[in-house]
Amino acid sequence: MTALVPERYAVAFRLYPYAKSPDQDAATPVRRKVVIVGGGPIGLATALDLGRRGVPVVLLDDHEGAGLGSRALCFAKRTLEICDRLGAAGPMLDKGVQWNVGKVFHDDRLLYDFNLLPEGGHAFPAFINLQQPWFEKFLHDAIVKAQAEGAPIELRGRNRVDAVTPAADHVTLDIMTPDGPYRLETDWLIACDGARSPVRGMLGLSFDGRVFEDNFLIADVKMKADFPTERWFWFEPYFKSGDSALLHKQPDDIWRIDFQLGWNIDRAKELEPANIRKRVDAMLGPGVEYELDWCSIYTFQCRRMEKFRHGRILFAGDSAHQVSPFGARGANSGIQDVDNLAWKLTLVLDGTAPESLLDSYDRERIHGADENILNSTRATDFITPKTPVSKLFRNAVLTLAEHLPFARTVVNSGRLSVPCTYDGSALNGPDHPDMPPRTRPGSPCPDAPVAGGWLLQALGRGFTLMTINAEAPEQVTAHGLTVPRLALATTPEIAARYLGEAPGAVYLIRPDQHVAARWDRYDEAAVAAALAKALGKE
Amino acid sequence: MLTTTPNLTRPDESYAALIATHEGLSEAESHALNARLILILMNHIGDHAILTDAMRLARDPKGQG
Repeated sequence: MTALVPERYAVAFRLYPYAKSPDQDAATPVRRKVVIVGGGPIGLATALDLGRRGVPVVLLDDHEGAGLGSRALCFAKRTLEICDRLGAAGPMLDKGVQWNVGKVFHDDRLLYDFNLLPEGGHAFPAFINLQQPWFEKFLHDAIVKAQAEGAPIELRGRNRVDAVTPAADHVTLDIMTPDGPYRLETDWLIACDGARSPVRGMLGLSFDGRVFEDNFLIADVKMKADFPTERWFWFEPYFKSGDSALLHKQPDDIWRIDFQLGWNIDRAKELEPANIRKRVDAMLGPGVEYELDWCSIYTFQCRRMEKFRHGRILFAGDSAHQVSPFGARGANSGIQDVDNLAWKLTLVLDGTAPESLLDSYDRERIHGADENILNSTRATDFITPKTPVSKLFRNAVLTLAEHLPFARTVVNSGRLSVPCTYDGSALNGPDHPDMPPRTRPGSPCPDAPVAGGWLLQALGRGFTLMTINAEAPEQVTAHGLTVPRLALATTPEIAARYLGEAPGAVYLIRPDQHVAARWDRYDEAAVAAALAKALGKE
Repeated sequence: MLTTTPNLTRPDESYAALIATHEGLSEAESHALNARLILILMNHIGDHAILTDAMRLARDPKGQG
């Protein structure tokens, strides 16, 4: 029976076993509001965010849970903040490994170490390392909890989309299941089906960018080693296991080891356990006992779709944009896509915002994708120089970095993921010159301690009017929305992050915790106008 | 703004020092030294716009006026 939808890979956690849906026996195709294709981290987070906002969603995946293998590994603070809004961050933080120190080596020399030195006064650390299957499992746990609380989320395992037919106001899907095919219609389709996106392929949409001619071997090894919880990166390592190498700690005594193998390799041969062990032995030294947990060879591309919105079809995560792994900008940027899309689609569906609000998803997240592609491309060019002169300069930087701090600023083994600021977005309202640049319109709100907890947890699910030393009504009603006020005391963190030189501040905060507009005092008409702008009504 | 008018305080001495710095080095070592020297001078200058002006001028010396 499963032959109709064969497994393409092994599953680490079986989360949503196939169960026949009444939709499969319907005489005419059932119309759904939102269908999500793909049950990876981005699809699950999209289902969770929309479902918690009361939007009925059906998620389709051709497997029944999280695929085996760690793949995405470093989850950034912004991702944890978003997952916290979705009710999923606690277990991630408990299970994940926190790290702050990185060391950079060239050959056999330690060039320098760095500390991410997270700024104080944030609920979440700069990064945690957590295997992707666990990240997906915790999102799924949150979905189960949300379902129990009434969130209209339905997950359908072993449901493979075989055809996508767009129409003006809906999309028709041909779906294969272990019980045979059925057809479904949906008002909106969100494709979260990964870098090789079958949906993108079926629509014949292009995915252009740059291919990097290099192969990387991932060896996740299980060992009781007493290496510190740090990120170690080698350029041209003395142990000759690759042109570069990375060692990074994961939960459960698992270590991520990455070797850069070059372009012309014999893939099958390199994947033989004996050959992987040769490289790992050379790196770890004699007498270290370990087991190979999961291994893979990957090449990578930096590319994106020209548009993320195609009528009633929206692309999110790797299906829309792909980066090299340096900088942990893959899954982290996909989660920011979800954060940006879910509230907009919710407000379009309930008629509060015009459909054109979704075009701002396209523009804002393309802005984010371009920033990520730029950073990841630069890191890749530094790690794998493409010409003799580029290698000459790269190694000159490394030589200087051992002695001169200025050169360390040029060393690039990945610029770690930070959320992008939507500068120039059509949704942005007025700025105020006396307030800090880091919280200008378009910026994600930096967290801060507030009475009883954390600022980001105090922000509502919808828009919030945040006031500091400023008078304002307890709520503002305009354009079909009621925006509650959050009055904050002037703590040192709030002053430094939000007030700057201004005596008082009023911020309009979007549902994705990005700043929409800010003023030094409350003005009803100005707030209403900024709200209209942030809803795409202008 | 990139200075292209004469600015060296002791042109002959500076040039001789540059050549002397390379004395006894293989060609590969000299290339590596040049790369380090460029990076050190880039950091001293600091300003991105001046650096890119200098790079353009080095690539196309006739491009200047």
